[in-house]
Amino acid sequence: MSLFEFVMQYWPRLLVGTGMTVAQFFLAAILGIVISLAMGLLKLAPSRPMRAFAITYIEIFRGTSLLVQLYWIFFVLPLFGFSIDKFTAGYLAVGMNIGAYGAELVRGGILSVPKGQWEAALAINMTPAQRMRRIILPQALVNMLPPWGNLMIELLKGTALVSLISVADLMFETKQINGSTFLSAQAFGAALIIYYVLARFMVTPFMRWLERYMARKMGRA
Amino acid sequence: MEDMSGYPLELTGENIPMVSFKKVRKSYGSLTVLDDLDLDVNAGEMVSIIGPSGSGKTTVLRMLMTLETINSGVIYVDGKPLTHMPGKGGKLVPASARHLHERRADIGMCFQHFNLFPHMTALENCMEGPVQVLGLSKAEARDRSEELLELVGMIGKKDQHPSRLSGGQQQRVAIARALAMRPKVMLFDEVTSALDPEVIGEVTNVIRKLVSEHNLTMLMVTHQMGFARDISDRVCFFYDGKIEEQGPPADLFGKPQRERTQQFLSAVREAI
Ligand SMILES: Nc1ncnc2c1ncn2[C@@H]1O[C@H](COP(=O)(O)OP(=O)(O)OP(=O)(O)O)[C@@H](O)[C@H]1O
Ligand SMILES: [Mg+2]
Repeated sequence: MSLFEFVMQYWPRLLVGTGMTVAQFFLAAILGIVISLAMGLLKLAPSRPMRAFAITYIEIFRGTSLLVQLYWIFFVLPLFGFSIDKFTAGYLAVGMNIGAYGAELVRGGILSVPKGQWEAALAINMTPAQRMRRIILPQALVNMLPPWGNLMIELLKGTALVSLISVADLMFETKQINGSTFLSAQAFGAALIIYYVLARFMVTPFMRWLERYMARKMGRA
Repeated sequence: MEDMSGYPLELTGENIPMVSFKKVRKSYGSLTVLDDLDLDVNAGEMVSIIGPSGSGKTTVLRMLMTLETINSGVIYVDGKPLTHMPGKGGKLVPASARHLHERRADIGMCFQHFNLFPHMTALENCMEGPVQVLGLSKAEARDRSEELLELVGMIGKKDQHPSRLSGGQQQRVAIARALAMRPKVMLFDEVTSALDPEVIGEVTNVIRKLVSEHNLTMLMVTHQMGFARDISDRVCFFYDGKIEEQGPPADLFGKPQRERTQQFLSAVREAI
């Protein structure tokens, strides 16, 4: 069976799987961005316990495998009384993991804003929170968008692991089809192409567009 | 801890200086940058600070803007302590963040490298403080900002981002941004040093206009001796963290008393 014939026959299941992958991606991305921001800011906080908290979080989530984190959240937390359904466990693990990497990007982005910007904001008497929100973060965001593009691709690829806790994403559907038809080359070939298309024709162009949009807002374009 | 009993909680009497440094010392580690500095600037006065590189000129302005803390002494602005606040027992204690926020409102500063906010237009740069800090409505802030951009001759470029403006234009916007906060004291730190020679005039002309038409108190660090001579009420020559000599520009430039002043001025003249 050709790849084309395979897709013509199994597209409904592939589509449903892709939909689930996209949903996991979006939820994990939102969670990841929120965590990145929180941990990136905490890591720069004046208070030591706050910094220690952020450093611990980042170390744990960067220093261990995403798959193990996923299994912890889905299989181990219930033993302590926290039961989480597989859909939630999926994007939670991926988002928390990506957040640890994003935190470093946020921190780096903030530190890349010239000192003169802090000083000018202080000279017009802005509070520390106003300085961060109105002056520093917008500029930090522009500086860190290019690496965020890479991180978003990593995130997309990372979502494939949620199939291992039976979230019915693209990878899960592909494996199911493969199991019942043994059309491995076609099944995994189709999955490969779909992941690639999602990454290169959706995530990357969107990030590029965002970079251009922000550059325009900075008056650079 | 320094004994604060010698410093009044507030300056009283007639003709209180707008800015008063009292025995202010500043050091970085073992390097003493300013030593027991006493300097008064009267309301409406334009004081220029000149001196060799590293003599502490910028540090004076940065302490006043509260960008640097001081090691001892007290700075008063408009009679009230800036670096300190009244504590229990009627003595001054180091200022809290809140006290600094309150007192900083009297001071505005322009920097050598402008430091405009790159993600905002010229107008937005000027409106940012009035809206966010002073709580003005957008319309009020816009009126005020446009008026000031008019004053500095930048109204035609109000919707441009800083990246589209020349250095001289950026510096004029930065002056408008500082003025929009209605400070009592304006600080200029070598505001023309980063500019191409042909645009220096557009910035100095704005400062001239401020001197002649507005009753601001101004402290200006500059390497432009001619400009300082023209517009200052008083010139302070800094050397090695101290005021070596000060006086009206005609005296300081015309017949400097101290040897170091003479050396510095003749070195500067030769460079031109
Ligand atoms: N953050 C800092 N840490 C350590 N030393 C500093 C710091 N800032 C300034 N200094 C030192 O303090 C001294 C005075 O610096 P300041 O910037 O006030 O000099 P200046 O008179 O403005 O010189 P210039 O004409 O070069 O601008 C210099 O020796 C400088 O190296
Ligand atoms: Mg300087």
